[in-house]
Amino acid sequence: MLEMIIIAAIKVVVVIVAVLTGCAYSTLLERRVVAFMQNRVGPNTAGPWGLLTPLADGLKLIFKEDIVPAGVERMTYALAPVIAFIPSMLAFAVVPFTSDFSLFGREISGTLSDLNIGVIYIFAVTSLAVYGICLAGWSSGSKYSLLGGIRSSAQMISYELSYGLTIVGVILIANTLSMRELVAQQDTVTHWFIWRQPLGFLLYLTCAIAETNRAPFDLPEAESELVGGYHTEYSSMRFSMFFIGEYAAMLAVSCVGTTIFLGGWQGPFLPPIVWFVLKVFGCMFFYIWLRATFPRFRYDQLMNFGWKFLFPLALLNTMVTAFFVLWKG
Amino acid sequence: MTEILKAFVNVIIKMPQGFGVTLKYLFRKPVTVQYPKQKIPMTPRYRGRHYLERYDDGTERCVCCGLCAAACPADAIYMEPEETANGERKAKVYEINLLRCIFCGFCEEACPEEAVFLGQDYEFSADNRNSFIWTKDQMLVKHPRKENPLKRIIRRVRRVYGVPTAK
Repeated sequence: MLEMIIIAAIKVVVVIVAVLTGCAYSTLLERRVVAFMQNRVGPNTAGPWGLLTPLADGLKLIFKEDIVPAGVERMTYALAPVIAFIPSMLAFAVVPFTSDFSLFGREISGTLSDLNIGVIYIFAVTSLAVYGICLAGWSSGSKYSLLGGIRSSAQMISYELSYGLTIVGVILIANTLSMRELVAQQDTVTHWFIWRQPLGFLLYLTCAIAETNRAPFDLPEAESELVGGYHTEYSSMRFSMFFIGEYAAMLAVSCVGTTIFLGGWQGPFLPPIVWFVLKVFGCMFFYIWLRATFPRFRYDQLMNFGWKFLFPLALLNTMVTAFFVLWKG
Repeated sequence: MTEILKAFVNVIIKMPQGFGVTLKYLFRKPVTVQYPKQKIPMTPRYRGRHYLERYDDGTERCVCCGLCAAACPADAIYMEPEETANGERKAKVYEINLLRCIFCGFCEEACPEEAVFLGQDYEFSADNRNSFIWTKDQMLVKHPRKENPLKRIIRRVRRVYGVPTAK
């Protein structure tokens, strides 16, 4: 019993450290890649190729003054970053990072916990992040924050539906909700669910980007209109909580997308964890690529796109899949 | 219905085109100049910080006639004359206030002795105003120097009188 707890604790620590490091370095990746796509160089001064930039950024944010504006709702203001940050970290609890392996004679499972309703758990937990953003906007006592928060809640609720529906197709085919099972079913490249659910994958990507408030769906923090959106009034570590939360959410949806559509850690030749990291990296790169490519949606465009295009398509995808699943037995 | 078709066309044809553009630029060479480490050479006609020229034997060209100060539209030049041991006139004090200076180059055009020139240096910054007053010691070129001082003079003559470059 004690041994199990120790193993679990070590795994949790490893995953949290890995995810936070991943977040830090995806900020660097983003800045560098976007810079190169714009014929710039990006941060390259701290360390070789700017590899120490995230460290320098973190130090800077920690030592900055934590300014609390006069008109804020103190309790909510302090809680909001935490609420935005925790759910995206929670999502990693059920992600199968690697196959089961044995270390020092003990069998260790590749996931933190093999929940039999893993997919639903992820969707339940990640949608909580909207509360953080919404409350941050409301408690800041600033019109920009409030607008950002309201936009974010409208956007996330609109896209939550399609987001959930995109996965239903895969679940119908796989007939399981466990992330482990999903990976186990995609044992060869031809069995990846992306080939059986290509539309579902595209819809998932789109909704995931909207869910994590990333460009071109980054209306809640639209810099050009809302200063900083919901985190306008935040500074220092509170701000960086939002920031890490956003990148952790990106990583989380990349991990989930990888697990559900791209075969998780399955892959030839290379060890499972390398495949997993590579695929997640690919998703993250796509995110960044998308940000460098497309301008931000207008608010009405966003709503039209969500309700009149994505949602019917997701419904259609689900119905067609359900039909075929029933038909083929 | 047409809207949906249009959206499909956008997703299938136009969006990949957009991605292609950014991907193409990803592999292009950045145009950034890493400024403090890497500098773009200025054009020969650039008018930067002043310097005072010498004769080949090292004596100062400037005789403190005051024509540059008279020509200066910004009133940035101050000078006081003195007499050397062999009875020649030279500048005791020669100061240019770089905060007043507009780098028009009238001083080098006015100079009959071809003594004052505007150089290539554009990096002047200081934390107090006094540091922007450049004195004679700071502006005089080092005596034995590598490049041919006449080059600049020829270039100045060309600039002032419009003599075309020899082909």
